[in-house]
Amino acid sequence: MTKNLLKKKPLNKDILVKLDKNEIEEIISKYPSNRKSSAVLPLLHLVQKKAGGWLPVHEMERVANILEMSYMRVFEIASFYTMFNIQPVGKYLLQVCKTTPCWLRGADDIQKCIKDNLDLDNGKTSKDGIFTLMEVECLGACVNAPILQINDDYYEDLDYKSTKDLLDKLKKKH
Amino acid sequence: MIKLVVDNLNVEVPEGSTVLQACEEAGIEIPRFCYHEKLSVAGNCRMCLVELENSPKPIASCAMPASSGMVIKTNSSMVKDARKGVMEFLLINHPLDCPICDQGGECDLQDQAMFFGKGSSRYNDAKRAVSDKNMGPLIKTTMTRCIHCTRCVRFANEVAGVENFGAVGRGENVEITTYLEKAVVSELSGNLVDLCPVGALTSKPYSFLARPWELTKTETIDVMDAVGCNIRVDSRDGKVLRVLPRINEDINEEWISDKSRYAIDGLSKQRLDVPYVKVKNKLLPSSWNDAFKNINAKLSNISSNQVAAIIGDQADTESIFALKKLFEKIDSKKIAINQHNYNFLKGNRSNYIFNSHINGIEKCDSILFVGINPRLTAPIINARIRKNYLNRDIQIASISSEKFDLTYDYNFLGNNIDVLNDIHDQKNEFGKSFNKSNFPMIIIGDEALKDSQSRNIQSICIEILTKANAFRKDWNGFNIMHNSSSIVGSYDLLNNYSSISHFEINNQCKTGEIKFLFLLGVDENLYKDYKDTFIVYQGHHGDAGAQRANVILPGSAYTEKSASFINLEGRLQTTERAVFPPGDAKEDWAIIRAMSEFLGKKIKYDSLNELRDQMNKEVFEKIMFREGSFNKKPLKGKFEKLNSSHLIGSGRNQYMTCPISRSSNTMAECLKNQER
Repeated sequence: MTKNLLKKKPLNKDILVKLDKNEIEEIISKYPSNRKSSAVLPLLHLVQKKAGGWLPVHEMERVANILEMSYMRVFEIASFYTMFNIQPVGKYLLQVCKTTPCWLRGADDIQKCIKDNLDLDNGKTSKDGIFTLMEVECLGACVNAPILQINDDYYEDLDYKSTKDLLDKLKKKH
Repeated sequence: MIKLVVDNLNVEVPEGSTVLQACEEAGIEIPRFCYHEKLSVAGNCRMCLVELENSPKPIASCAMPASSGMVIKTNSSMVKDARKGVMEFLLINHPLDCPICDQGGECDLQDQAMFFGKGSSRYNDAKRAVSDKNMGPLIKTTMTRCIHCTRCVRFANEVAGVENFGAVGRGENVEITTYLEKAVVSELSGNLVDLCPVGALTSKPYSFLARPWELTKTETIDVMDAVGCNIRVDSRDGKVLRVLPRINEDINEEWISDKSRYAIDGLSKQRLDVPYVKVKNKLLPSSWNDAFKNINAKLSNISSNQVAAIIGDQADTESIFALKKLFEKIDSKKIAINQHNYNFLKGNRSNYIFNSHINGIEKCDSILFVGINPRLTAPIINARIRKNYLNRDIQIASISSEKFDLTYDYNFLGNNIDVLNDIHDQKNEFGKSFNKSNFPMIIIGDEALKDSQSRNIQSICIEILTKANAFRKDWNGFNIMHNSSSIVGSYDLLNNYSSISHFEINNQCKTGEIKFLFLLGVDENLYKDYKDTFIVYQGHHGDAGAQRANVILPGSAYTEKSASFINLEGRLQTTERAVFPPGDAKEDWAIIRAMSEFLGKKIKYDSLNELRDQMNKEVFEKIMFREGSFNKKPLKGKFEKLNSSHLIGSGRNQYMTCPISRSSNTMAECLKNQER
């Protein structure tokens, strides 16, 4: 039934301003040519990284055009996976693991520290647009709990003080 | 065949069936929400759980393929508990606002909660609420009621071919919505309302009008296009409140177009309910007697070759037949078969019908459109073509005035009709592969039919099909796609009687050669500058035709009479009366019968059945029921190379094609929505 379902809409000839064409080709070439839409997840990851950590609508539409999918299908995928942000996020995306091991080892302290220093609640972005806080489920590094993920990096074995040092460093860097 | 046991009954089902289909074969109804025969299997509502012997967990019967030796139980305590559990979860976030919900009384969730639910709730927490979405002028949304069966999403993507429908978010936050919440623009969007098993998507024009048990249900036929969809008309207190599709696998499956469904509010506006007579350039309400007296006065002064008639788009076969009988008595042969300037080849019945049949589309592997936008002319047939396109390899090409969005990919061969020469000589790629296909189809439509080379186009198409061996015992690839419900019936009845075209009648009215013109529901293509022509309009709406008339005879619309129509395949179907015509209006055949008596040229039928018997004997038995009348090869005319000429669009819009849809507010809103 779904054989031709995704075959739709001609390729948008817009030149990709932020993206490297070869990189896109390389990702797409990993999948069978008649299953082009399989490349949607890696491509969205790539676009999200280049677009500052989140996916604006026009970027999703661009991905849909590249993969000859309908806009809605890409939007559904982007909205389903929590690792894609369809709302803007700050320069540093702070992801606190709140699953049991991290929580037992003091995830609440990390969150309190962030609240004290940056005045951030879950899901909120600081006024200057630099920090965003998100509570997440298991980050898979329980051996060094508690974990705070900042963009692509894991910071392990944290407590209130080390978190504060970390945040200060990031603030200064900016 | 697969053999399995369902509730101690032995069942045999074909290879590839699901457990649910096997249960249905055994006559057991399995409750379901997400499963729908015409859509892909989703398996997400879990209501169809059944017990499979030796399986530790219940299985979702809609998604589980049946295999031989399975032992299924649908009535065990495990199944009953599973259903209760699923129902409890479904109702957690359902508002239970049945008393103010339009779906109440015909709601799958309501019914199944009664049959399979627990009867009481254990849930004391807050329910989730979802904001309503704007889905255009036809669909009213109450998204809090949605149970995420995704039937609507699958219908929009698979059948309607509009891919802006989807489920956004995850888990508890899933919402069904359109892309960026834009309104749905689809000619089949009304079917979303039927598919929704709860009250999340309901009909906007019908909202809060009636409860299903108050309605009188009449099974009848739709006449908004030439497809002849099977419909059910629901009425109350003499007013048609809504139209729903009936299942007919050969014609419309389960779908009908938005125009068929929602143009009905036009049935109660602009109606002609008494006869009118023009006195001093002003139309005044009158009586049947006066109206006939006026007609008689005019007719007795002129000779028979000054009398003419034109058949409109929604005329039924009975009234056409009665009119033909009257004209035989008057001794005039000037009846134009339709109100459009279409030129057909003289030939047999295969020359003007859709020979491959609508369900034949599912067999075909190659389609060529010549001057047609099937999505506009016959949305239901277009959906059938899309279904075939999704299921198998099929090549589709089109020669038309512009590249239309048909919801599937096709090869646009331009708007110059001389491409047909190349296809005929197999000079282009499509011509070569078309010739090799097993079940080729050519569909000719109005843009080609009104072209000056129309007959030549039809001839060359027949020639192309002959070369491709498309006229066989099991296949006939020549198809005309008509856009009005009367036209095939009109051809069947009048083809051997008159040969004058609408165009010629118009011209003769201009020169004054025709003094008396009878319009049977004709509202389009009338010339402005008639010279002293007395016009009688018989029809149900005060549209363009009635404004021109000297005498108006109020007829009845398709919901108000039992009348036969022949659809584009040549299939004879009969409407039933759902409500009575307004005021003094009468059934159309009866008006002509009464008029004939008044004119002293009485046609001899006193009842509808007598007329039908005679019509069957005289016409239909010869062309429909006689052996060998099916799959005749259409006759081709003199064959010439086509000259280069560009097809011109029909200029029709899909929502306003007849007096009923032109009077409809809902259709006007649809048009606005589409333009936006």
